[in-house]
Amino acid sequence: MFGWRGRAQVGSPGSGAVARERLRLILVHDRAGCSPELLQALKDEMVTAVSRYLDVDRDGIEIRLVSGERHAVLSASIPVRAVRRAAVSP
Amino acid sequence: MGEIWVITSGKGGVGKTTCTANLGTGLALLGKRVAMVDADIGLRNLDVVMGLENRIVYDLVDVAEGYCRLKQALVKDKRVEGLYLLPAAQTKDKTAVSPEQMRSLCQELAREFDFVLIDSPAGIEQGFRNAALAAERALIVTTPEVAAVRDADRVIGLLEATEVAPPLLLINRVRGDMVRRGDMMNIDDMVEVLAIEVLGAVPEDEQIIVSTNRGEPAVLMPHSRAGQAFRLVCRRLLGEDVSLPNVWVPDGWWLRLRRLIGAGSR
Repeated sequence: MFGWRGRAQVGSPGSGAVARERLRLILVHDRAGCSPELLQALKDEMVTAVSRYLDVDRDGIEIRLVSGERHAVLSASIPVRAVRRAAVSP
Repeated sequence: MGEIWVITSGKGGVGKTTCTANLGTGLALLGKRVAMVDADIGLRNLDVVMGLENRIVYDLVDVAEGYCRLKQALVKDKRVEGLYLLPAAQTKDKTAVSPEQMRSLCQELAREFDFVLIDSPAGIEQGFRNAALAAERALIVTTPEVAAVRDADRVIGLLEATEVAPPLLLINRVRGDMVRRGDMMNIDDMVEVLAIEVLGAVPEDEQIIVSTNRGEPAVLMPHSRAGQAFRLVCRRLLGEDVSLPNVWVPDGWWLRLRRLIGAGSR
């Protein structure tokens, strides 16, 4: 009647937890979205570094920030065509 | 020199003006000299929440344009000693005052007052920037909702690029009963995602509506739960070591009963 006996249904998380998780994900994107230049620069440098050792498919590269348990996680997917055998740094 | 604070939120409707009115009044009750500045030019509200709307002669834009002196535009609150309001203009727009004018005006107030509280307009446009650039400290008001916290995060990011000191957080309109049954984010959730120091939390309280109806800040109402929380927040703002108001404690059975009887007799 007054709502003070109300409980979240057994087995399903309360909407507060849902709100928290949605918020985390939104903020990861918002914060990353603040400087796309930074992400691009990071991507370029990573690809340059990886390319020294591996022959990668530059068009298939995906680098983005995703929400982890407590921190943002930088997730990179870099398709490899072949290993560069001659790639031994001098 | 007094402290210059901006009270801001990004999102509208979370209670910036209510918080400004209550913190201003609360600080004055504790013996501080306080000037509240309504920076929401074109949509002034602080005068109404304070119940001072009939006593306005000049406003912020009049001062900026040199039509009157700063002291002439200040409205003195007769209920609490040392409490003054600088009202916004209602007919002009937000470009009527430049950031430099706003800044020098607040500096002038800070020479006379212990606290200058700037009630920022919602949004992140010119009006917000004017208010933020004039301040040294910032208080971010949010409610336990995804949209409000998201906007608060955006504002915190924008403030990082200014000279304003790291902001404090005030969580408004918390429903302890909903937090307990898991249907509302709690303080820890919001502090964790925003990575910001929390000044206080204020419970949702229908007395706030009564208070704005009357033009009497809730800190002046002895039985308002929000008013009690605001009084604690003011003491924390002065550096007193008081613990956060416990907004998670549900209303006792007598309060619910009293409300039921009160509702039945109307």
